[in-house]
Amino acid sequence: MKPLLELRNASKGYGQKGARTEVLRDINLSIHEGEFVVAVGYSGTGKTTLMNMLSGLDKPDSGEALMNGEVIKSAGPDRGLVFQNYSLLPWLTVEENIALAVNEVFKDKSKAERVDHVKRYIAMVNLTPAAKKFPRELSGGMRQRVSVARALSMEPKVLLLDEPLSALDALTRATLQDEISDIWQKNRTTVLWITNDPDEAILLADRVVPLLPTGPATLGDSIPILLPRPRDRRAINKNADFKALRSQLVTLLLDAKGKHKVKSSRKLVLPDILPEDLNEPHSFQLLDRRGPRRRSEMKTEEVEVAV
Amino acid sequence: MNTDKLKTYLFPLLGIFAVLLVWQGISGGVREEKTPAGFTKKVKTGIVKDLPGPLETWDQTKKYIVEPFAKREELDQGVLRFTWYSLVMVAKGYFLALLIGTPIGFMLGLSKTFTRMFDPIIQILRPVSPLAWMPLGVVLFMGAGKNANDLGALFTIAVCAMWPTVLNTAVGVRAVPQDYLNVAKVLKLSWPMTLWKILIPATLPYMFTGYRLSLGIAWLVIVAVEMLTGRIGIGNFLWNEYNNGLYTSIILSIITIGVVGWGLDRLMSLVESRLKTA
Repeated sequence: MKPLLELRNASKGYGQKGARTEVLRDINLSIHEGEFVVAVGYSGTGKTTLMNMLSGLDKPDSGEALMNGEVIKSAGPDRGLVFQNYSLLPWLTVEENIALAVNEVFKDKSKAERVDHVKRYIAMVNLTPAAKKFPRELSGGMRQRVSVARALSMEPKVLLLDEPLSALDALTRATLQDEISDIWQKNRTTVLWITNDPDEAILLADRVVPLLPTGPATLGDSIPILLPRPRDRRAINKNADFKALRSQLVTLLLDAKGKHKVKSSRKLVLPDILPEDLNEPHSFQLLDRRGPRRRSEMKTEEVEVAV
Repeated sequence: MNTDKLKTYLFPLLGIFAVLLVWQGISGGVREEKTPAGFTKKVKTGIVKDLPGPLETWDQTKKYIVEPFAKREELDQGVLRFTWYSLVMVAKGYFLALLIGTPIGFMLGLSKTFTRMFDPIIQILRPVSPLAWMPLGVVLFMGAGKNANDLGALFTIAVCAMWPTVLNTAVGVRAVPQDYLNVAKVLKLSWPMTLWKILIPATLPYMFTGYRLSLGIAWLVIVAVEMLTGRIGIGNFLWNEYNNGLYTSIILSIITIGVVGWGLDRLMSLVESRLKTA
């Protein structure tokens, strides 16, 4: 079967000639229709670069990125992209953010149909009560839900998620993993999810692709995850297969890192600033304003000592 | 009265009062003296002999203030009526400046080639004083006959007030986060839609900072323009009264120009703060 999305010997580097660093080398990846693929890797190993090549925001220097066997020339709504930082437009409400996508992609539908479409996807991510709110009024988790709804509302052939949950706290992250997993079970879109969390990868994926930090990063052999769905996050922690997979994946990633250690030293300069006292009322006044507290300016420090 | 109100209202008033007091203290007056020959002689007194004090200023100019919209003669009108003439002119020139400046700013922000081509010219034209533009403006519209002065004034205000709008808009466009542009790419938004839905809203706060600065400049320019052209207005009033030797009216004009300028700035900053998005 022809893969839906494919990278063939793709390499990508950044920087000018001379000082050029290659980020990804000889990446071969194929994603078939209906598959949920998760790529796991350390931060800074070119995960976003990988995503940009598939979404069409960036082109590989050599090799090719293909969709349905055709070279990807530009970004397009058939590849719904969910950004790490949500990238919602702050001047539009939740509804309007999604409507922007829907109106652009489904131009031939009637206005009523499009409004209905927007409502359906807001409901899918449980945000109906917040439809009229602006992104700044929402929590991080809610914002990412909007972003997911926006990507899904375009009814893309493949959903590309670039570290979608890494800006969230652990508990919200778990909730959203479950929610997105549920949504996926219902409509089975093809998904490529990029993360730095091995647990997240195993919990969600049909297949995990490790991204190894080997100088310019390369892809390791993919690990099929055959755990039955739906996967319950409480039960799965005791599952022997899950434990084995996790240890396999983590070992693979750690070993790769250990093998390719590069020695370099740099001087660390710690920021000379102390945390703000949040108990103090916030004020915008111009006069009598206290600047940030700096350790170097502190003359005495009170330390509680148990006697 | 609570301390917040005290700080916001009482202290500024105290400051104004202190300045008035100093002003009264240093201002000059006239004293009559008898010379030994029996004539009366007027002698100027005070630290700054020719500066009229606040009381004298009030006394001599109150007819302009008490009836601010009165029109007794062409050159003898209430102070707000003069101000109104000036404001109308400023408004016209200002909107012309925004109309020209905003698109230029967008082009500078969007195209590096355009910036390379025109940035040097902009940097050269930007510091030119309104007094230097004015004669050119009048010459350019000489053919318009009676309206030459008005059109010249309009030209001068627009040319001088345009630059903050141009530069702030350009900076704003360049500061649009790549993420928003990526959204446009993924959605395959058409060019007008990208402009309307993403570039303009993202640039709006910067644009309004530019608009605010431009309005300040337009108000500065009007005074110079009116002095040169003799258009009726607050600046022209000031100049006429200087020629008539009525120094109290000069002070009244200065205060009026200042208060109006401050008011315009407050107005713009109110609009500006409403546009600040997260």
